Amino acid sequence: MNLHSNRATALAALVLSLSLLTACGSEDSGSDSGGESDGGGDVSLTMLPKNLGNPYFDTSTTGAEAAAEEVGATIEQVGPETGDDPAGQVPFINTVAQQGEDGLIVSANDPEAICDAIGEARDAGVKVVTFDSDTNPECRDLFINQATSEGIAAKQLELISEQIGGAGEIAILSAAANATNQNAWIEMMEAELESNPDYADIELVDTVYGDDQDQKSFDQTEALLQNHPDLKGIISPTTVGIAAAARYLSESEAKGKVMLTGLGTPNQMRPFVEDGTVEAFALWNPADLGSLAVYATAALVNGDITGEEGDTFEAGELGEFEVGPDGVVLLGEPFTFNADNIADFDF
Amino acid sequence: MTPHAGIRHPDGTEASTSEVLLVEPSTLSPARRMATTVLRSRELSIFLVLVAVTVVATLKNESFLFSADGWRNFWVNPSLLLLLAVGQAVVVITRNVDLSVGSVMALTAYLTGRLFIDQPGLPIVAVFAICILAGAVLGLVNGMLVAYFNVPSLVITLGTLYIYRGIVLSWAGSDRINAGDLPSDFLALGNKAILTIPVLTIIAMAVLAAVGYYLYTARGGREFYAIGSDPDAAVLYGLNVRRRVLAAFVLSGALAGLVGVLYTARYGTVSSGVGSGIELQAVAAVVVGGVAIFGGSGTVWGAAIGAFLLVTINRALPSLGIEDFWQRAVVGVLILGAIVLDRLLANRQARKLAEAREMTT
Repeated sequence: MNLHSNRATALAALVLSLSLLTACGSEDSGSDSGGESDGGGDVSLTMLPKNLGNPYFDTSTTGAEAAAEEVGATIEQVGPETGDDPAGQVPFINTVAQQGEDGLIVSANDPEAICDAIGEARDAGVKVVTFDSDTNPECRDLFINQATSEGIAAKQLELISEQIGGAGEIAILSAAANATNQNAWIEMMEAELESNPDYADIELVDTVYGDDQDQKSFDQTEALLQNHPDLKGIISPTTVGIAAAARYLSESEAKGKVMLTGLGTPNQMRPFVEDGTVEAFALWNPADLGSLAVYATAALVNGDITGEEGDTFEAGELGEFEVGPDGVVLLGEPFTFNADNIADFDF
Repeated sequence: MTPHAGIRHPDGTEASTSEVLLVEPSTLSPARRMATTVLRSRELSIFLVLVAVTVVATLKNESFLFSADGWRNFWVNPSLLLLLAVGQAVVVITRNVDLSVGSVMALTAYLTGRLFIDQPGLPIVAVFAICILAGAVLGLVNGMLVAYFNVPSLVITLGTLYIYRGIVLSWAGSDRINAGDLPSDFLALGNKAILTIPVLTIIAMAVLAAVGYYLYTARGGREFYAIGSDPDAAVLYGLNVRRRVLAAFVLSGALAGLVGVLYTARYGTVSSGVGSGIELQAVAAVVVGGVAIFGGSGTVWGAAIGAFLLVTINRALPSLGIEDFWQRAVVGVLILGAIVLDRLLANRQARKLAEAREMTT
């Protein structure tokens, strides 16, 4: 990641105008992608997470950088400051298209809002792979799925049910109200709660949105506890949300009475697992996700695969993967972190 | 016989003292005068709204105020916005505005985390001092640009809003301060209470009292009002307008710096997006609290109650079952109401003064 040159460009752009968001990041990649075609040179990739400053995406970018080195590609991360604006990623996608990059790896803030921009990028010859959060399937070439929505939803319900003893009121603290992956998981959880007899005594009483901002997620946790005095558990399927909720719970009278689980990163959750606020939470390894996304994009750019169902490609240490229906590549099962194993991880 | 005998209304009735002098020397006792001032004040009316909101929310759900968490949150949640509103009120009173406070706060919040990570031995007090100083320097930059280049503060601080935020973005990048990186003594500050009142609130109240007392009694404090009422007249009168404007921005910056430290203690995590948009909440608190947006009138007490009201409404509305959208709309209505009221009062005052002038000439 060429943070140093970004620093200078970003600062200069800031002083001049509000066009910061479009200018930040991509101006210095012209050296290797000056022409329309990339006749055998390095593969140039751009990583566009939902927002910067998010440890989850930091880890996926780290994995992506390692994989890029393996396949001989250059990779650069750009992105908006916050993840709550559906069209906030559009300027970055436009820049990628104008600069004729080979591949774009993006976690979509909205399934629809960035489709037109992606379409233009693909017309300009950019291979577009979504990871973590998908657009509509026809917009992109491939989607790297961290886990199936069913798998994630089932895992989180399993954890919360275990922690609250199989009965009581629960609530969900999500990211933005229009985040594709969050909403898919929430729908699955609702369906599972309805249909699975094991969860007959669990009632989902509220779903609130923290927009992946620390303060808002923190305040929403407070509101949940205040408005639902009988609440037994909170599921937060977002790394920012679960950390903020844990921080609130750790100093609240509800600590130990209201259980919290969801998707979090070990480094952020470590103090709260150690002090007993949180028993267990889940996640896949985001570094593997970023890495797989780079292998898949490189395979597309090099023409090894076309993104058709049944195509297979090698992803280094991760092994061989097959493209499923709708151009989806599945990483695997979510992993559970608890007091016994959290010390083994550092991301 | 009153000393102004002879000055009469067109209809022959005698003009009152207030009409002759334009400003009425009160004949009431100091105690009653104070009572009337309080009763007529804008501060009292929004204070009553605040009380009403709290009572309704508590009736609906008694843990709003009477649980340990509810009581703490009632006091601690408005404290950060209150500090920003106090600084903002002083700036607005001088007929300026400081939009950069959210970015200053983000810078010092990240600075707080970095100091604890990079200089593990540093005492907490030193971190406070460094961050307040850093905020003051950023405020000084705002003040210099406004005072010496004669550019409207709206434009200057809009510019520094983006510049300061840009510095945070390029400094922090996608890095983030986690609760695990901070000393537990410091994190406990965000939660500690003395006689059930959280430390954060005590700090905010102490700052409020000091600034409020200065503005109300000190010569320098009154000059802020004079400058805001009529900057040109203040210059002609020989007031050091530049120095006062500079002081207002330094105060606002220093308080934003303090808020950055307190934010880190309270929330435990800092990313580059901290405090974006909070500058508008601070301006809203000030306006709702009865400080005229064109300067010259209002008090920091009002701004503080305004901050309390905005935060408490946001806490109360969800428990009354009101949707997110309407919560924002309520804040909007409050702002519009405050400004309309402001205009009506200003017009009435102007009309009275004009009538009085016609009679005396």
